[in-house]
Amino acid sequence: MSSKRLRDFLCARYELGALKAMVSHKTVPHHRHSFWYYWGGVTLLLIGIQIASGVLLLLYYRPSAQEAFASVRFIMTKVQFGWLVRSVHAWAANLAIFSAMVHLASVFFLKAYRPPRELTWVTGVCLLFLLMGFGFTGYLLPWNTLAFFATKVGTEIAGIVPGVGPVMQVFLRGGSDVGDVTLTRFFWLHIMILPLGLMGLMGLHVLMVQLQGMSQPLSVREERTIPFFPNFFLRDLVAWAMVLGVVLSVSVYWPATLGEQADPFGPTPAGIEPEWYFLWMFQTLKLFPGHILGIEGELIAVGLTGVAGLALMLVPWWDRPAREGKSHWLVTVAGIIGLAYVIGMTGYAVWIGRHP
Amino acid sequence: MNAQQRGITRIGAVLSMAVMLPSVAVAADSCVECHKQWESGSSDPTQVIDQDVHFQRGLSCADCHGGDPKATEAEAAMDKAQGFLGRPARQDIPQLCARCHAEPTYMRKYNPNLPTDQYAKYLTSQHGKRNSQGDSDVAVCTSCHQAHGIRSKKDPFSPVYAANIPGTCAECHSNAALMDRHGLPVNQHWDYAQSVHGQALLVRGDRGAPHCASCHGSHEASKPGTIAIGNVCAQCHGLTRDLFAKSPHKAAHDALGLPECEVCHGNHLIKKPTDDMLGTGSGAVCISCHEPGSKGYQSAQQMRETIEQLKAQILNGEAVVKQAAELGMDMGDAEYALHDANTKLTQTRTYVHAFSPEAMQAPAQEGLHGAQQAEQEGKNAIHEFQFRRQGLWLTLLILILLVGGLLLVIREMESPPKSRR
Repeated sequence: MSSKRLRDFLCARYELGALKAMVSHKTVPHHRHSFWYYWGGVTLLLIGIQIASGVLLLLYYRPSAQEAFASVRFIMTKVQFGWLVRSVHAWAANLAIFSAMVHLASVFFLKAYRPPRELTWVTGVCLLFLLMGFGFTGYLLPWNTLAFFATKVGTEIAGIVPGVGPVMQVFLRGGSDVGDVTLTRFFWLHIMILPLGLMGLMGLHVLMVQLQGMSQPLSVREERTIPFFPNFFLRDLVAWAMVLGVVLSVSVYWPATLGEQADPFGPTPAGIEPEWYFLWMFQTLKLFPGHILGIEGELIAVGLTGVAGLALMLVPWWDRPAREGKSHWLVTVAGIIGLAYVIGMTGYAVWIGRHP
Repeated sequence: MNAQQRGITRIGAVLSMAVMLPSVAVAADSCVECHKQWESGSSDPTQVIDQDVHFQRGLSCADCHGGDPKATEAEAAMDKAQGFLGRPARQDIPQLCARCHAEPTYMRKYNPNLPTDQYAKYLTSQHGKRNSQGDSDVAVCTSCHQAHGIRSKKDPFSPVYAANIPGTCAECHSNAALMDRHGLPVNQHWDYAQSVHGQALLVRGDRGAPHCASCHGSHEASKPGTIAIGNVCAQCHGLTRDLFAKSPHKAAHDALGLPECEVCHGNHLIKKPTDDMLGTGSGAVCISCHEPGSKGYQSAQQMRETIEQLKAQILNGEAVVKQAAELGMDMGDAEYALHDANTKLTQTRTYVHAFSPEAMQAPAQEGLHGAQQAEQEGKNAIHEFQFRRQGLWLTLLILILLVGGLLLVIREMESPPKSRR
């Protein structure tokens, strides 16, 4: 069937005119900060890669403590291009979180969260948390030593949260300690619950962007725009092709490793640490004193991290000048300090890890 | 404090005890109560008695020395008419210990698992025989177990704890003056400490490694030469011994009266065997009996070649697998195959003791096959690695062309209408 016949077939049955009009009339601001607009699309591409590679991994992966490690090894050594699929899945996961962080930072500093886009920001922050959840649950699935003990530490930290912490810890672990049931639960979260949440939130996020269009930064006065289709879309394709090249290159040159199979009864190996995007929190916990004014230091650190997360989500409401279309230097400085803290603590944790 | 001063102190203490005794209240064990007052040396009986397994199980000084521990006066407590033995004669110690330790019914009350044949065995030992003849140089029970403060052999501080046994035996057997009287050498402990067994026990702390008693026996310690060496070694090296027993060497050794394993491996100074011991090279033990051109000489050459061939193949496999692993390829299966090949190499070395080139072939061939398989997997992985890189560069080229094409399209599309062709 030719494309014209297909179009005629669809047009005869559905009102596609409105959609076509929306696409053809949609424009995107074009200015010196346009570079940052592509990070949302890049994150979307990486999530797409995650879904595709994850579905392929499901063909051979077996979610049990007895079989998980062997099945991942099988994927990497025996399955045609299995090594590539797993490496791409591992790398794209990290790059998706990195890309989402860059996207979030750019939206923050360009103040794109100001009305009427508050809910787009909230869904975006939630999506970043969800991606981190994907990382946390996916890390355990190969059932290797580092992942096993990192999950032990991670779920211990979850248990510190006042009130819901202990319940959440038992729920995540499926018992008092990390074991076979934990793997099943993390698998369930990783391939069912989190994807459902991701689909819903991502759909909402993209729909809001489409309905409201892209925000123009406060500092940009001229109102120059380009058509979304094909001009912006082609630029998106350029970015996607470049990101795809990066994902493939790192996957081939630094393929994902597997390590040793987890032994729940073995000693905790040295150098246990979470994935890089949790390192700043991990290091903060380590540096906090045991007690402050009679309260446990860990509890305060976890509490402060929670408050920071909440504050991040509520930026559109507490940045009052932005609501009135003004930029306040204090908000920008707060953002810079927050970003510097995250980068600094991550760097410090990496340095400490290499120079124990 | 020298011996003379110590003697004077003790005499003084005994005299003062005689004066003090009437005033000592009735105690649970007057021996300990009184002797504690004048014994201060770290190895004196009352200083070590708390660690003694007998004392811990409720036995008292009087159970060995006789006397009345309930008596409050020295004369009554140590009355020979009442059975006080005092210090038993060295020669009588084995018999004294045997009063309980050779009595199964009595011993069952304390430790049902403890053998009760020590005394019977001791009487068959070189020590026991000489002791019966009145030789006061030889070891009696207390020589190894101590007289007071006797600890369980499982106690790391016991002189008969596995790792301490070589040192305990050496107290006499490294004493040149003592051994000289009996025409015995004193280098056994030194040799043992340098041996593969001594290094395992004394350096690495491997309590499964053999010590003096493992080969010579403990209570039944035998004179060298009266032990069937092959049977002793077979306690641990069972397969080796079986292979030897079926080999042509067995009959030859028996005919010549040669001690089986010892001929090639020595006795106390048993070094870790090397492949150089096999074959016809300068370090080979085979050539000490087999003349060039003889069948044995040729077999030795063939056996060495089999081992060298397997070693070379394993080395090849390891080099290729290592190279592939360094490239980031997962070589778990190949590494396992190499591990298996190394196990087969060990087996092949064990099968040397069949002294037949044919007998070595089965494990050697299995090892060769495993190592070749690992090498092939390594080569495949290196090929796969190169394929991945080439594939990546091809993909990147396509992506670069795509990006270039898209940028051209965008440029063409966004250029002012006049400049368009």
